[in-house]
Amino acid sequence: MTVLTVAEHRRGELRDVSLELLTAGRELADATGGELHTAVIGGDVEAFAERLNRVGVDAIHTVDEGEEFNHDVYTQVVTQLVEAVDPDLLVMPNSVNGLDYAPAVASRLDWPLVTDVVDLGYDDELTATRELYGSKVETTIDVHADRAAVTVRPAEWPVAEGSGDATVESFDADIDESAVRSTVTGFEEVGGGDVDITDADVLVSVGRGIEEEENLDMIFDLAETLDATVSASRPLIDNNWLEKDRQVGQSGSVVTPDVYIAIGISGAVQHVAGMKGSDTIVAINTDPNAPIFDIADYGIQDDLFDVVPALIEEFGG
Amino acid sequence: MKILVTVKEVAHVDDEFEIDGLGIDDRYVTYDLNEWDDYAVEAAVQIQEAGDDVEVVAVTIGDADTEDTIRQALAKGADRAIRVWDDALADAGLLDPETKARLIAAVAAEEDPDLVLTGVQSADDGFGATGVTLAEHLGFEWGAVVNALDLDREAGIAHVHRELEGSVEELTDVELPAVLTIQTGINEPRYASLRGIRQAQSKELAEYSLSDLDLTPADVESSLEQTDLYEPESESEATVFEGSAEETASELAGLLREKGVGS
Repeated sequence: MTVLTVAEHRRGELRDVSLELLTAGRELADATGGELHTAVIGGDVEAFAERLNRVGVDAIHTVDEGEEFNHDVYTQVVTQLVEAVDPDLLVMPNSVNGLDYAPAVASRLDWPLVTDVVDLGYDDELTATRELYGSKVETTIDVHADRAAVTVRPAEWPVAEGSGDATVESFDADIDESAVRSTVTGFEEVGGGDVDITDADVLVSVGRGIEEEENLDMIFDLAETLDATVSASRPLIDNNWLEKDRQVGQSGSVVTPDVYIAIGISGAVQHVAGMKGSDTIVAINTDPNAPIFDIADYGIQDDLFDVVPALIEEFGG
Repeated sequence: MKILVTVKEVAHVDDEFEIDGLGIDDRYVTYDLNEWDDYAVEAAVQIQEAGDDVEVVAVTIGDADTEDTIRQALAKGADRAIRVWDDALADAGLLDPETKARLIAAVAAEEDPDLVLTGVQSADDGFGATGVTLAEHLGFEWGAVVNALDLDREAGIAHVHRELEGSVEELTDVELPAVLTIQTGINEPRYASLRGIRQAQSKELAEYSLSDLDLTPADVESSLEQTDLYEPESESEATVFEGSAEETASELAGLLREKGVGS
């Protein structure tokens, strides 16, 4: 099958997921004896094309339309590229921007779409693996169609390496400006408070398991005892219990401390994306099946309300 | 102005559970209003409270058992609700975003809303694609993963922030009519008041079957088929400290001191 992937960039940077899509796409193309095409839309497409020219890529389509992502433009361009390249499989990133155009493209093409895919296979037809119920189970989906679109989860496939010999072709898209009814007016960095969790050597990180806002006192006590900084998973920021600058994860900060102590954090994929590079990960959680234990080096499978006070006491706090 | 807000009853699975066929054994499942939809309802109700002539209509796809959940939206301030269900949907297999969008688009065709708010994703199957698919079906503009919303009704524009990765937000102007998918944290969802819960009992809750929406079972057949469900093998290589809280805390303290923490 012919596979077409769509790269992602933001503010002049090609995002890693673009190169991961190449790996996923090459695997499928290999399994079926087909070609791998990739497209990059907007920004410095020539420079992006050089970075996308990895081993296994047959063709790169550059589309010089705009500087930044706009879903109306992307939807039109990708739909037209599909007509020109005639792929059997369209692979897009399961990122915030990927989910802002992939469903529209699939719907416009009348192709089935499977999102947030963590594995792909081909045996007469496409099979996609995804997770359900917050990673508690995995499910396999058979796609009964000749052509399909998927969005793949970032960091599930390795980035494609090596320098390739793909043909680079400029693609002239025909943009209907009257159908561009959204305008990106700027970007805003969020957080930026007094706390810099990316600079901390030791993070005491707290999640939904803390249950009540007033229980956070205990976590700050522990952090003070250990000379550590307090960080948190998303629900605590959503609840306004802690400031955004303490959020670890995909939409917050990526941290790489020497020691990361995850307390009452289940370890959703969005959180893990922000802390898996920590040197030593300790998890305290009542649920022995919590995904946080998959990446933890040390674990305590017990109630945080028993363990944390005992730990403070150990340090004479 | 009319706002359509989509809500879904989602399944939460216990820490310990058993798989039953292609689903989770019902003994280990509890049901609730999808967390993201709670924020979408709040966003809709806030617009309704700020304006004079705003009607909020909640719509769900689900069998009769999901009525309690959609009543939560009514109790929080939605004016009326629509529940779409048909025995054909129980047999149709996977309710993927395309199928759901088709159903909700049929409702929207009757309701003619100016704005549709959905959650970014559902907590159980997490496709994260129904809202944008719906926009495409309706010919509406859209914005995915919105965590700030400022509606300029006169100009017909929604000024939104889209929450990108890495603490960056994109500022976008979206022309109405539009579908916005709402991210958690955009507001503080209210708890339903006792009065709200009482009032919800007498608010209109319409039921639509496929034929009410001029659809046939063929319209809800998906080309996606779920063929397997299993627990992923644990990749855990963690050293797990055993014993009482005092014992595990003591072991952890020893480890932390070794790493130079707290000393």
